[in-house]
Amino acid sequence: MNLKANNKSNTDKKDSERKKIVVAVAGNPNSGKTTLFNGITGSSQRVGNYPGVTVEKKTGHRIYKNYNITFVDLPGTYSLSAYSLEEMVARDYILSEKPDVVVDVIDSSNLERNLYLASQILELDVPMIMALNMTDEVRKLGIRIDIELLTQLLASPAVETVASREIGLTDLLDTIIEVVENSTVTNVNINYGEEMEKAITELIPLIEKNEVLSKKYPSRWTALKLLENDPEITRMAEEDSQIVELADNQRKRIEKRLGDDTELYIADRRYGFVNGICKETVQTVHKSRKDVTEKIDTVLANRVLGLPIFLFMMWATFQLTFTLGVYPMDWLDAGFGYLGDFLSSVMPEGHFQSLIVDGIIGGVGGVLIFLPNILLLFLAIAFLEDTGYMARAAFIMDKVMHSIGLHGKSFMPMLIGFGCSVPAIMATRGLENEKDRLTTMLIIPLMSCGAKLPVYVLLAGAFFPEQAGNIIFLIYIFGILLAIFVAMLLKKFYFHGPGTPFVMELPPYRVPTLKSVLLHMWRRAVMYLQKAGTIILAASVVVWFITTFPPPWASSQNENAIPTQGNMISENVEQADIELQTASDKISNSMAGHLGRFIEPVIKPIGFDWKTGIALITGFAAKEVVVSTLGTVYALGETDEESVELKDALKRDPHFTPLVAFCLMIFTLIYVPCMAAMAVLYRESGSMKWTWFTIGYTTLLAWIVTFIIYQGGMLLNVS
Amino acid sequence: MDKQESHNNTTLKLSELKPGDRCKVLKISGKGSIIRRIFDIGVRSGAEILVERVAPLGDPVEFKLEGFHLSLRKEEAENIIVEVISS
Repeated sequence: MNLKANNKSNTDKKDSERKKIVVAVAGNPNSGKTTLFNGITGSSQRVGNYPGVTVEKKTGHRIYKNYNITFVDLPGTYSLSAYSLEEMVARDYILSEKPDVVVDVIDSSNLERNLYLASQILELDVPMIMALNMTDEVRKLGIRIDIELLTQLLASPAVETVASREIGLTDLLDTIIEVVENSTVTNVNINYGEEMEKAITELIPLIEKNEVLSKKYPSRWTALKLLENDPEITRMAEEDSQIVELADNQRKRIEKRLGDDTELYIADRRYGFVNGICKETVQTVHKSRKDVTEKIDTVLANRVLGLPIFLFMMWATFQLTFTLGVYPMDWLDAGFGYLGDFLSSVMPEGHFQSLIVDGIIGGVGGVLIFLPNILLLFLAIAFLEDTGYMARAAFIMDKVMHSIGLHGKSFMPMLIGFGCSVPAIMATRGLENEKDRLTTMLIIPLMSCGAKLPVYVLLAGAFFPEQAGNIIFLIYIFGILLAIFVAMLLKKFYFHGPGTPFVMELPPYRVPTLKSVLLHMWRRAVMYLQKAGTIILAASVVVWFITTFPPPWASSQNENAIPTQGNMISENVEQADIELQTASDKISNSMAGHLGRFIEPVIKPIGFDWKTGIALITGFAAKEVVVSTLGTVYALGETDEESVELKDALKRDPHFTPLVAFCLMIFTLIYVPCMAAMAVLYRESGSMKWTWFTIGYTTLLAWIVTFIIYQGGMLLNVS
Repeated sequence: MDKQESHNNTTLKLSELKPGDRCKVLKISGKGSIIRRIFDIGVRSGAEILVERVAPLGDPVEFKLEGFHLSLRKEEAENIIVEVISS
């Protein structure tokens, strides 16, 4: 629990006297759960992952009366089976963390299905409160719900809320306190029929004897899960052969008797129970007209118009992010430039100044300038998600993504990958299935991101001046094909098993609330700054260190390897460029330089020499750094992709043939993603294993592909 | 549970219906997570379904049920056995 960690907001002296309450917020997807959570906790939220999985965990706080209430936003689920990760996470949280209350947010316009989840929460033996949300919409639909009767039938209080307008939230808070203060868990048992009840009764004494099971789970629930053959609970009971045997026998007996799968039978009984409650409590006063959502969908999800509209939406999102984002990006860039200049002028020259200016401001600044992009992108995504369009986008693109074993929702993050992998990897949060999410994250680095473009522009411009556009386009396409290839391989060898079901609800269109959209955007930004920032800071210092200092074993006067290059360049530079020459010598003699020479045997077969090697090493900081490092190594001043001097210098280097240039573009496309992307990948996957896997596979793949191209090219004598 | 073995011509797989068709779920066949998810999301025997539209690229298909809209791939809709009410 991070009760301690987060009392910056609303802190005052009495904090220690406040009673602490933990509330889990459960509910169906699109029930308004997140809006309600946002409404109650406001800006006090923290976003993280549940331990070991990529499922997002949001917690927030609210000081109310004399209570400090922690809210945990559980993943949106329809049920609490063990089939999806979200459901497992939600159920485990309730069972092992034992929150004081579970608030089940219910979309009142679809009471039956929402109560199906409520009935399962009740079986976990925790006090539950039903937040009957969107009651305003329900009234418009001409439906009336008897709240008192509902409370009575489920022995759990129900509160009417309209989360989007923050109506009913104080009632809900009062009810939470009331329930916690008079905590009496009332059991409402669903009757599963004679056969099933008999089996449950026989199983319970055995379960109660088993310490592992009885300590953690309610016995009746465990019995039911065993009869259902729930994979997780069955595994927990594995060692108790008595229980397993009895459960197996009973299951078989019942299946024979009823001629149906116990699991579906239980689900059906539960549904029957819920259906009965709905019949008693819901009254349809008048029938409503065709709803707005259907009208909108006749256009947006139209067979003919759907696709062009979708493409337009994606284009607009991309434009907003990367075209509009350029302006604040430039301001930030300039700001960091001024800051660097200013510090250079006031600080004494030396390593410390260089560390601060070149290392930290250069490195962290280089990553922070993406912040406007991230804010804008998440603004757009939050808008698309909160309106309900994102589900339509997945509906439209699913056919394409399904062909490579992914879900329609993977399309959006991959598209964003063309701008920057960092927000793209973060955008995979919209994917419910963990396998899909990981696969998508792992292939995003193969999209040609904005930082790779300067490398392409430089090399294509220098070596293929007539064909530059076509060459760059070819590389983009090549990245997409590789991504498809890798996705298919991953699916085949690692994430095999049945594909993700698409079974997806198309929620009604809604006008998003400003608060929700802004919070959504802000949370992502904070996460990016905090988590990625610390790793990037460390990595920047490392990169600075290895490009500044010679390795400890090297003498300060380095002899070999440099002079040849120095001579070559000095022919065309004036004597005044000694300073640049020193910079070139410095990086050549640095650890990075030595590393470049050290890896030369490995990169020689793919056409690169040690100078390119240095650029590739520093390119880990950010791909565009490949260009500026080449500039430094070739002893040129400030260079960018348009730099004529650098293009000339490269062309004059006899080693640099068009084939090598092409190979360098391909290698840059594929090899290890930049450190910002890796920091975010680690953060989002929560796994060191997958982070190293990505670093490893991209580099290996880059080498193999480039090797084939280079050696093939040499054989065919393309150069 | 529906035990009717009468496979008359109105008993079809949900995947075989066309937009505009209306039907009633008789049974969800098969096993595993997909079936369970279909069930949990609210497709149950007895539920009425209207086939709303096919996605621009031919798959998936949007269905309307009481209280919500649902999208299923054709291969998933194959597991749902229905009885046609009107077409």
